[in-house]
Amino acid sequence: MKILVGIKRVIDFSVRVQVKKDGTGVVSDGVKMGINPFDEIALEEALRIRERGTQAEIVAMSIGPADCQQQLRTALAMGADRALLVQSTDTIQPLMAARIFHELVKRENADLVILGKQAIDDDSNQTGQMLAALWDRPQATFASKVEFKDKTLTVTREVDAGLEVIAVDLPAVLTTDLRLNTPRFVKMPDIMKARSKPLQVLKPEELGVITAPKLEATNYAPPPQRVGGKKVEDVPALIRALKQRGVL
Amino acid sequence: MNRILVIAEHDGKKLNPATAKAVSCASAVGGEIDVAVFAANASAMAAAAAKLKGVKRVLKIERAENVHQLAAVLTPQIVKLAAGYTHVLAPSTTFGKDVLPRAAAFLGVQQVSDVMKVIDATTFERPMYAGNAIVTVKVPPSPCIVATVRTASWQACSEDGNAEITAVSTDAVIPSHTRFVELKADVSDRPDLQSAPRVVSGGRGVGSKENFAVIYKFADKLGAAVGASRAAVDAGFVPNDLQVGQTGKIIAPELYVAVGISGAIQHLTGIKDARTIVAINKDPDAPIFQVADIGLVGDLFKILPELEKELDKI
Repeated sequence: MKILVGIKRVIDFSVRVQVKKDGTGVVSDGVKMGINPFDEIALEEALRIRERGTQAEIVAMSIGPADCQQQLRTALAMGADRALLVQSTDTIQPLMAARIFHELVKRENADLVILGKQAIDDDSNQTGQMLAALWDRPQATFASKVEFKDKTLTVTREVDAGLEVIAVDLPAVLTTDLRLNTPRFVKMPDIMKARSKPLQVLKPEELGVITAPKLEATNYAPPPQRVGGKKVEDVPALIRALKQRGVL
Repeated sequence: MNRILVIAEHDGKKLNPATAKAVSCASAVGGEIDVAVFAANASAMAAAAAKLKGVKRVLKIERAENVHQLAAVLTPQIVKLAAGYTHVLAPSTTFGKDVLPRAAAFLGVQQVSDVMKVIDATTFERPMYAGNAIVTVKVPPSPCIVATVRTASWQACSEDGNAEITAVSTDAVIPSHTRFVELKADVSDRPDLQSAPRVVSGGRGVGSKENFAVIYKFADKLGAAVGASRAAVDAGFVPNDLQVGQTGKIIAPELYVAVGISGAIQHLTGIKDARTIVAINKDPDAPIFQVADIGLVGDLFKILPELEKELDKI
């Protein structure tokens, strides 16, 4: 089978993101970049499906500027067989990402696509669902456990009410939640090996997809700050403070 | 004139309170508001939705396949129903997040996720970067606007409305490639975490699954729902559906008590709309104290029993 995995280059999860003073975006110059954490989990799951005994080719795919090659090289070092970069400097919104992925999925004749449930930059949580729609195939979102048998995936999903189990026929789109797995660390020899793995660069135009954003971001602002920091001495003082605020 | 369709969330028996928050957002957009209830038997939920203030019509879409709220099953019906509406909204819960982008893509629409504020009918504020940036987005009105509503940013609308209830059928073809197997839900008499006015959460500092009993006991005394930090969930102290934070539930209770929680940014994202935050932690430098309205430094295993005694006196 063929598994496609989405790899998004984002501001590293450890960076405290700051809004630019002029409100045109967030500070990204000189800021550490990395793979979207949910996407690392997606790739790890693909690797584990193969390691559990299913013959699989694993293709990492990314959309964005040329620098995305760094994240794709990391994906290759983790164990992906080859990589595809759809190179664009546009802001790629989820519907456009889904359209690009859909073209790749058709070209590659994929059986399974694994994406992170959301990217930690725009937090949209849409691309997997949209790809499944365009492809007219099942979606199993927010997966915390995946069992694979014949042409069916049984997926445990993290939902507000608890854990929901659904069965979906392949081909399908899976999106990962945090507890699906813990991604492996990349070893030095694998980084060397990854340099010789194929990485193909495409343009959105070759795929017939127009990438211009549909939502226009007119302003970015920092969130309103909570003013906290008041401490009390003991339990009776805590009770008094709660009464003062009218919550008790 | 705007015509707004709100997709109701429910569990087959009761309307989920997040629906009333999505209706509040619809009222802020302004226009005629319809609520769609997809179910095998929609009567109880439709009756509850008809009471939501500002709703003009409740559409009951009853068919056997709608017994479970699967995205693959609901979206072809939502797409048929969406014709003629300027806006399609759903709460930004795991239900809305799963269903609505699929519908948006079928409609060829770029969805707006997690609407916090309505500036006008085509301009909205939403969070990015775990709430570290609030972006204002202008959305093309054609063919329609599809958006999820960040429930923590909206109050539930009142329930003194009296909408008409209409049965509607669509000729949508429903795929068989996605099947419900089971829902493993924690059965609890405690208030629902997402909508409770009071929440007590425990973190890594609680120490173990067994120790979490003190959190449950204190929460029961307060009549509060129980939550947890991601660290506590990852350590196996409590099940995942109790997780509060960026990747768990985002809540806005009247009172939030964080016990043994250091206050990672991911956690703070989930609670910053709470009216009053209380932090109890033995580390005086824990980041949670920077956002807490009232902080108390000390051993939670001593403080919680003492608090319970004081509460008994009230």
